Amino acid sequence: MPDLNSVRRYPGFNLVTLLCLLILYVPLLVVMVYSFNASQSVTMWGGASLRWYHDVFYGTESAKFKAAAWNSVSIATIAAIVSTCIATAAAIGMNRSGDFKLRSFSFGLVSLPIMVPEIVTAVATLVFFSAIGFILGYNSILVAHIVFCIPFAYLPIAARLEGIEATYEEAAQDLYASHGQLLRYVLLPLLTPGILAGYLLAFIISLDDFIITNFVKGAGVETLPTAIFGSVKSGIKPNIMALSTLMLMVSILLVTLAYFLGRIGARHSKSDKGG
Amino acid sequence: MAAGIGTAQGTSRTFQPMRLWLIAPSWLIIGFFLLIPVLVMLLFSFLTKEFRGGVIWEFSLAAYDQFLFDRGLFGDDPATLEWTYIRIFVRSIVQAAVATLLCLLIGFPTAFFIATRSPDSRSVWLFLVTVPYWVNLLIRTMSMKFLIRDNGPVNELLLALGVIDTPIAMINTDFAVQLGLFYSYLPFMVLPIYAAVERYDFSLSEAAADLYADRWTILFRVLLPVVRPGIIAGCILVFVPSLGAFLAPDLLGGAKNFMIGSLIEEQFKGNAGNWPFGAACAMILLTMVLGALIIYARQHRPAAGN
Repeated sequence: MPDLNSVRRYPGFNLVTLLCLLILYVPLLVVMVYSFNASQSVTMWGGASLRWYHDVFYGTESAKFKAAAWNSVSIATIAAIVSTCIATAAAIGMNRSGDFKLRSFSFGLVSLPIMVPEIVTAVATLVFFSAIGFILGYNSILVAHIVFCIPFAYLPIAARLEGIEATYEEAAQDLYASHGQLLRYVLLPLLTPGILAGYLLAFIISLDDFIITNFVKGAGVETLPTAIFGSVKSGIKPNIMALSTLMLMVSILLVTLAYFLGRIGARHSKSDKGG
Repeated sequence: MAAGIGTAQGTSRTFQPMRLWLIAPSWLIIGFFLLIPVLVMLLFSFLTKEFRGGVIWEFSLAAYDQFLFDRGLFGDDPATLEWTYIRIFVRSIVQAAVATLLCLLIGFPTAFFIATRSPDSRSVWLFLVTVPYWVNLLIRTMSMKFLIRDNGPVNELLLALGVIDTPIAMINTDFAVQLGLFYSYLPFMVLPIYAAVERYDFSLSEAAADLYADRWTILFRVLLPVVRPGIIAGCILVFVPSLGAFLAPDLLGGAKNFMIGSLIEEQFKGNAGNWPFGAACAMILLTMVLGALIIYARQHRPAAGN
């Protein structure tokens, strides 16, 4: 067996990868294409048009969509800011303070929102809010989102932090920098790509959430996913496809941004290690 | 004090004096708004139901009793084992298992293929596989529904090509749910397997090839045992969220293919309105998931050591 490359190549694996990408992208592409359909019916192709995009912004349901979009974006913005701050503090506390007894407990607690199935979190949050008399509405959605965004913000920040040598901070400490100065002038600037990536992921996760929001939203308060779900139940309408395409583009844009931030971060930490 | 080069995780202590202040917010928020709520949920599962949602603060085992036993319409018949809910749980486990298998069958070759690309193109391939994951799950599930419905693009294409004469009924079947779950969680399978194969030392395979093992023997007897932790991690990461999934079974499965997620949702948002029963179902689901995670942690720990 002189061809050593053959152990890295298996016949058909490239085809499976292609199939995999097809399954992943075809449904999204089809919805994008059909969102430009001029026809009233979702099945018949009636030529290209922007009428359903017009409908999203000016049609009969536009007020509902705009209110839902405002709720979604404002909740995602606030939830991502708060959860990123908490996650940054937790990541520094857990990576820069030596070994301590409750370290793995802390890590377990921070990753708890990922490990508990969403529907269980949804039920637990709903019964808890009702037990303490927290009125369901905008604020209950916001609090729930902050909680489940924390681990998603934490992971990229902690990963970046692990890649930064403590020598920078130790040098600053030797020069009598206070902890505030350490944070402001040394650690936070180095950590920025991780924090931005964490913020973006938390933002997308909040924007995406349906199950938990559906449980803890009060009557009359909708986010984009719950508004769309309400419409999809009775059949997929063309305006929903236009709205979905817009949301899809925003998600892809943000993820691409996070990806390039991550690459910058990776390049930095590579040069930190001198290679 | 200096931690030195190659700082191991948790050994640098530059912020040690402020540890409590840094970690406390995460403890307080997650403890108060998730850990305590789970305990409250456990409590609620032992309370008496109020009609149309909510609870009466009286201890009752009715929720668990309803899950396991059928006592007739008025509750005074002799108890017989109630299969409805057990069947829903078993169906959920089977659906999640099939979806996991589907992810493994497609995800393993994909992860292997990506891991054997040149280092530069790997991140691009990974990016391509993960991008759809960040698109709203509801939108993805809806797109799948649009694609595979009776007069949807897939059926139309097959009809136009003359492959089939009548549309294949894919929507509202077990297959649709499995496909939806596969579509929802595929990256969770690809990423850990990719990480494992990327670290795999291919000189092991080359050694086996020198000893005249054919490439499939090498794959199954040399590579697979080494990357097993990655495969198990991928299976857990797909299986766990599939088990409690709501959107895929609800939108693609229809009323016939009820899964745990829909059952729970119905107790709170739907017509059933039985909070203690919903809390009990959620507790049972959580126990199953934590069980799976503990088994995984037990198996994984010795493997992670070397």
